[in-house]
Amino acid sequence: MQSLVVVAGNTFKETIRDKILYNLVFFALLLIGASVLLGTLTIGEQSRIINDLGLAAINLVAVIIAIFVGIGLVTKEIERRTIYTILARPITRVRFILGKYLGLGFIVVVNIAIMFAMFLATIWLSGNVIYSSLFQAVELILVETLLVMAIAMFFSTFSSSTLSATMTLGLYVIGHLTGDLKGIAEKSQSQLTETVLTALYYVCPNLELLNIKGQAASGILVEMGYQATATAYGLAYAGLLLTGACLIFQRRDF
Amino acid sequence: MDAIVVDRLTKTYKPVWPWQKETTVLSDVSLSVGQGEIFGFLGPNGAGKTTTMKILLGLLRATSGRVELLGAPADDVAVHARIGYLPESPYFYDYLTADEFLCFYGRLAGLPRETVRQRVPQLLERVSLTEARDRQLRKFSKGMLQRIGLAQALIHDPELIILDEPMSGLDPIGRKEVRDLILSLRDQGKTVFFSTHIVSDVEMICDRVGILAKGKMLALGRIEDLVNEHEAQSVEVVCDGVVGDGLVAIKCKAIRILQRGERCLMILPGQDHLEEVLAILRHAGGKLVSVIPHKGSLEEIFLEQTNRKV
Repeated sequence: MQSLVVVAGNTFKETIRDKILYNLVFFALLLIGASVLLGTLTIGEQSRIINDLGLAAINLVAVIIAIFVGIGLVTKEIERRTIYTILARPITRVRFILGKYLGLGFIVVVNIAIMFAMFLATIWLSGNVIYSSLFQAVELILVETLLVMAIAMFFSTFSSSTLSATMTLGLYVIGHLTGDLKGIAEKSQSQLTETVLTALYYVCPNLELLNIKGQAASGILVEMGYQATATAYGLAYAGLLLTGACLIFQRRDF
Repeated sequence: MDAIVVDRLTKTYKPVWPWQKETTVLSDVSLSVGQGEIFGFLGPNGAGKTTTMKILLGLLRATSGRVELLGAPADDVAVHARIGYLPESPYFYDYLTADEFLCFYGRLAGLPRETVRQRVPQLLERVSLTEARDRQLRKFSKGMLQRIGLAQALIHDPELIILDEPMSGLDPIGRKEVRDLILSLRDQGKTVFFSTHIVSDVEMICDRVGILAKGKMLALGRIEDLVNEHEAQSVEVVCDGVVGDGLVAIKCKAIRILQRGERCLMILPGQDHLEEVLAILRHAGGKLVSVIPHKGSLEEIFLEQTNRKV
């Protein structure tokens, strides 16, 4: 257990020293700029636009970190050969993978928490109402980010950084279009197309399940049952991918 | 119990595509390293030394053969707590300071925080890096990186230390420091298994040596035994008072003759013509001063083995 915590701690330190938290400055500037520019709008419109913009920005920044830092977690260790001295210690490969994931997971949680706090401060300072639905939306953004991190990590255990980034981005985009996949499959005349698209619908993660930003921005709450199911779905999918990543990583030669 | 047992180790890379050939990088390699021994793993670049070490540490899987470290199989991760490893041309986390770096590896080896805190300053002093304690590794020179790499291999006070080319990239002073460090580890009862392609490194400090080339073990044993088994390369004969026809006759047999006044030094190619030369010497009325057969050095054995047998 100690080795897992040590790897997680080192991943956290590495990411922080890579100046990843600089994104928060970009995020703060975006929010301040938006609230100043939107100051002329009526109160209702202003609230809706700040909420939309804030949630979208938190989501975008978190997913970018998940993809681009996530794919480097394992590939950088292999390319720079630091993996040799790590695996020569009494640490199993599974613990190494989980430690890396936990380290970045912690960064993502801290990052989203700070961005969300800045976002709430902006709403409060601009004299708008802070809806409870915003908390629901951010919780699912966190789940989506943890899932995207697991996708990035899964691909990076057996392919290069560039290929991992491409495949993760591809799956992220498809993940937001799975509803369309099912629609196209149902309307398709060809049996083959229907089978392929239906298979894709069930295999690819349905990231739209985790997207409630639109209604949250207007203050509409989702049911707790939906929130819990969506969270469980996202985390279970991430768990499955991490298991796959561990299995592949255990068989690798270095 | 031996510290390292390698038994008929073979590593083959299967081709990815049908038109590619299978590559064998290790073929039937066997060796054992006793506890408290310094073992030099000698071989030219590409011989398979690093591959053997990676298999020992579970970084690579062998195609066939058996490997044991301190009595445990290679895939037993727990035994790694008793092993220190320095890879070839190490690259470490360059955002960490020397102090943080050693703490990380100490904790990773399972040591309690307090023990790590005590050991880090001692080790930094041992590898002469005390002043660089708070400096990030990105600002380290190659020699300093090699020394901090050695320190991380020793932070958990391992019984067995595996070093892949530990002297590469070091200046003569650095090389001597590493040699002294290895000797001091042996004095503490540790086992050191290190690879190199530089014969003098092995000759100076190793108890036993294995010569590997193109994935095959060509020679294995104590350096004295290997050198003694080797046929004499040349014989040096020193005599006084040989002149005229006698000297001319001897010149035909020798590969080199040095003459200073009455004294004559001749180098004969092996022992074949020795009796003949001594007979000529006696016949010419010369006085024999000395006959010294020159055994081959480890370097000669290494060159001969790696050039001819593979």
